[in-house]
Amino acid sequence: MECLPAGERRKIQLERLQALVRRVYETVPHYQRALREHGLRPGDIKSLDDLPRLPLTTKDDLRASYPFGLFAARLKDIVRIHASSGTTGKPTVVGYTRADIETWSEVMARSLSAAGVGADDVIQNAYGYGLFTGGLGLHYGSEKVGATVIPMSVGNTRRQVMLMGDFGVTALACTPSYALHLAEVIDDLEVERSRLRLRVGIFGAEPWSTNLGREIEKKLGIVAMDIYGLSEIMGPGVAMECPYKQGLHVWDDHFLPEIIDPETGEPLPYGEKGELVITTLTKEGFPLLRYRTRDVTILHDEPCPCGRTHVRMERIMGRTDDMLIIRGVNVFPSQVESALLEAGQAEPHYLLVVDRSGPLDYLEIWVEVSERYFADEVRELERLEQAFKRAIESILGISVKIKLVEPKTIERSQGKAKRVVDRRDVYKD
Amino acid sequence: MRVKQISIFLENKSGRLAAVTRLLGEAGINIRALSIADTSDFGILRLIVNDPARAYAALKDAGFTVSETDVIAVEIPDRPGGLSEVLNLLHENGVNVEYLYAFVSHSSGTALVLLKVRGIDRAVELLKAHGVKVPDAATVYNL
Repeated sequence: MECLPAGERRKIQLERLQALVRRVYETVPHYQRALREHGLRPGDIKSLDDLPRLPLTTKDDLRASYPFGLFAARLKDIVRIHASSGTTGKPTVVGYTRADIETWSEVMARSLSAAGVGADDVIQNAYGYGLFTGGLGLHYGSEKVGATVIPMSVGNTRRQVMLMGDFGVTALACTPSYALHLAEVIDDLEVERSRLRLRVGIFGAEPWSTNLGREIEKKLGIVAMDIYGLSEIMGPGVAMECPYKQGLHVWDDHFLPEIIDPETGEPLPYGEKGELVITTLTKEGFPLLRYRTRDVTILHDEPCPCGRTHVRMERIMGRTDDMLIIRGVNVFPSQVESALLEAGQAEPHYLLVVDRSGPLDYLEIWVEVSERYFADEVRELERLEQAFKRAIESILGISVKIKLVEPKTIERSQGKAKRVVDRRDVYKD
Repeated sequence: MRVKQISIFLENKSGRLAAVTRLLGEAGINIRALSIADTSDFGILRLIVNDPARAYAALKDAGFTVSETDVIAVEIPDRPGGLSEVLNLLHENGVNVEYLYAFVSHSSGTALVLLKVRGIDRAVELLKAHGVKVPDAATVYNL
């Protein structure tokens, strides 16, 4: 499938698209309504050129249908549910049928193969297991290629290093920031490199620059490969870099990519930068028409020297919304805002400052101390800090630092407030 | 007997204390006593000034987060054990002292200590009943 001539692949894509539109029209009220509003019937999709006529799906559509409103299969046919964090404490819920899990394993296995990982490899899977799609997504794909998987999940770093040596791990899968952290702990423990057989890393779930990639490669003595995915579409394995590192191959027999102008929603040709939109061609449980990923990239359709004919996307260059990805967790300023409001019962001015301290990303939240919060005693302010910290951590699931700042410290802007300062430079090279 | 203390929230960064004192100086307000409680990120500056109401307004206008707190000033005999007697008295009667700092006194023979307590009226009564001098606010502002 990976090397299928473009014409044949397009034929498969069209058949699958037509079947998908028919399926969502019949099973998902949201899509039936949206298609009618666009004056479309399932039979109107005659060629792939009709794709831009289909309605776009946004994160808001997903939120509005919480929890199962966009499911196209009955719950009895859903065998797994995953979820990502949500803006108001409500997560985005996705469901997989047995066939979806099979597809996911297949695209994940393809991704691993593209990275040169196969049956002879021992994979240390340090993506988080659980509702987050990283851990289990990678796990099933690793088993599918016949590799030996060590389901480490994230954390307990010293133990990770010990087992990496003892089990002869050859491939590491985790977020790039955790890879850097592992490299540091390896140094701290003075583990001899000759004891490690590590040769390749599968890194994703958060944006990272090629510079960071080079740093990881140097520190761990491996090849760092970029993997792309998002829970709404499937999870890890939507697209994957090959050894030529000329962009990530999008497995477009399952996930049909487009680039649109984020302002106008108009489709843009190959080679132009814009927002990535994906249609899930084969998903049964939670299919999406033209889902706006908010990720900014460029698509290329010339074949890759590796022989794979799938469309390639460049490394993610940014976001069209204010979402942050910190240690694999999606963070929206609005989540922080609602937590602050809940804890403080008054509207705070706040700013999210993301930075990288050593290898790990950390999130500092600046909150202006208004008269309303201000107590004359340090311990009262510390109690307030703790209340903010706990409220935010319980929604985001990651630890944050609260910094109380003076009023008017945070820049006031006309119109859209600036809520985020990202000092990591993750999108730069 | 209640003395108005002005408290100001300050981030721990250079120039903030200077900004407050410059502002008060330009407004013609005289600082009688001050203390700072600080953590690694922020501090609370506490001030006794000759005109608390004007100081409060000036700081607020300049955008600072300000609050007004009632404290009591206690005259302590300037000899070993002087402060300890006062604190023991409060402790034995269940009055909790949240913080205190000393006042720079011009008159010799006594020192002024500013106390933030819970149950300020009871504390004043108690101190007076035991012969401890508690100067009134006007006296403190104009010392």
